[in-house]
Amino acid sequence: MNKLILGRYFPGDSLLHCIDPRAKLIAGISFIFILFIANNWLTYLVLWLFTFTMMKISGVSLRIYIRGVRPLIWLILFTVLLQVMFTAGGEIYIDWGPITISSFGLINGVYIFSRFAMIIFVSTVITLTTKPIDLTDAINYLLQPLKRLKLPVDEISLMLSVALRFIPIILDETQKVLDAQRARGIVFGEGSLLQQMKKIVPMFVPLFVSSLVRAEDMANAMEVRGYQSNQPRSSFRRLHWRKGDTFTLFAMVLLSVILIVLRTEGHHFH
Amino acid sequence: MAMQINLQEVTADYQAGPIRSPEILKSISTTIKSGSFTAVVGQTGSGKSSLLKLMNGLLLPKKGEVAVGEVTITLENAKQSVKEARRKVGMVFQFPESQLFAETVEKDIMFGPMNFGVPEAEAKEIALEVIGRVGLDASILSKSPFSLSGGQKRYVAMAGILAMRPDILVLDEPDAGLDPKGKKEVMDLIHAWHKERGLTTLLVTHDMDDAAYYADEVVVMEEGRIVFQGEPEQLFADVSAVHQWGLELPQARKLQVKLEQEAGVTLPQVCLTLDQLADALVEAGLA
Repeated sequence: MNKLILGRYFPGDSLLHCIDPRAKLIAGISFIFILFIANNWLTYLVLWLFTFTMMKISGVSLRIYIRGVRPLIWLILFTVLLQVMFTAGGEIYIDWGPITISSFGLINGVYIFSRFAMIIFVSTVITLTTKPIDLTDAINYLLQPLKRLKLPVDEISLMLSVALRFIPIILDETQKVLDAQRARGIVFGEGSLLQQMKKIVPMFVPLFVSSLVRAEDMANAMEVRGYQSNQPRSSFRRLHWRKGDTFTLFAMVLLSVILIVLRTEGHHFH
Repeated sequence: MAMQINLQEVTADYQAGPIRSPEILKSISTTIKSGSFTAVVGQTGSGKSSLLKLMNGLLLPKKGEVAVGEVTITLENAKQSVKEARRKVGMVFQFPESQLFAETVEKDIMFGPMNFGVPEAEAKEIALEVIGRVGLDASILSKSPFSLSGGQKRYVAMAGILAMRPDILVLDEPDAGLDPKGKKEVMDLIHAWHKERGLTTLLVTHDMDDAAYYADEVVVMEEGRIVFQGEPEQLFADVSAVHQWGLELPQARKLQVKLEQEAGVTLPQVCLTLDQLADALVEAGLA
């Protein structure tokens, strides 16, 4: 559980750390769409170049990014494998009835892999360089229009920030309970599947209990300080939009223009 | 049956995800005598809790070796040695009540022994024995641990550790968050158990009175190193050193130092308890 990188913040003072979280969020989401413009080697190369530049600017070492991909690697490889096996066209290397490995399939596999990897890398860049609390502020801001649809936007973002706030605490608690039960002789990751499932109980029950206690404490603390939902609230932290943030969005537009110019006309694969 | 603990040039740190902490313990060598009651004191972050975790392999030495009785834990043989060590070392964490999980108190107490292969019938007997030993009524065994009061939960959790019949008992501030009366009861219970079973006991504490009153040896830690190891009298004799390590004096000793300053005399011995101080004052003809 300590290996999960996605969703962690790395304090720093890189250029990316200074960009307004709203700009980063918009840029990150638009990047996912921009990915779908790419359809040939050159465009993917440009995207990889962009991704690596961002990773470099963030000032976080490459090793940490690679570790972020690791938990998801089987999902990615499975999808890639499906692409490789079930895409026909081009030169065919192996043909087993419905399963063929062709040049188109291989190329498609590489593209799919790139898309996955780049989405993970870029979203990791954002979470590593943005404080979770800033990210929720940004989400809150961007969701404001949905208030017209009577969506409780402020409550949703409060829930989000509370959840984020509790992640490190609960991780800490998990470690403590884990240690306490290991000291009482339990060995995690040993025995049959059923035995292993039984071992989860001594770990999760204490965690549930303490989480419920914590939740109640927090609800009480909020209530005695006068928290009420459905009331307009001012914010202690203010987001400031600067020139650099507009420039960030402009860079994303530029990236899409470059890709549209370089992309092959017409449908290549699929 | 008690056991000696021997640390040889042990260096250790934690790794949490991508962040590796700086060395928490720096080349520690020490021997904890068999059957001794040792208090481990030091400021927050000095490595006290980490030192305890070495004893049963919750923290592994990066370098060096930890010998617990006949079991030697090193980074290489951790897989086999750690299980052996955990059978011998009972560990009471800070706020141990947070480890309770079972439907009944009895099942929770039986959890430890049964993990180490004690048959169910015998574990039941042990549960009945230890619940009485910690001063709770046997009727509590069939209750849910979550229905108990805070103090009762603490005792049940401690009973769960005692039920493992450890030869070595390590405790991380077992009296944290209790009222003065509760603190004394918990400490007295631990001390009685230590005497009765002839255990080797290691106690991490912030309370110098606990160290002065119960321990026969004190280990002072500072920034991952052991800076002092010896009898409590010896430690608290050197007032300036105690303050330099960021520690307090026990109440009686503090009063003694003040009295000596005011009266301009020096009592012949270091007094750690009020009784000792009273006797010394009478002897010196000051009271």
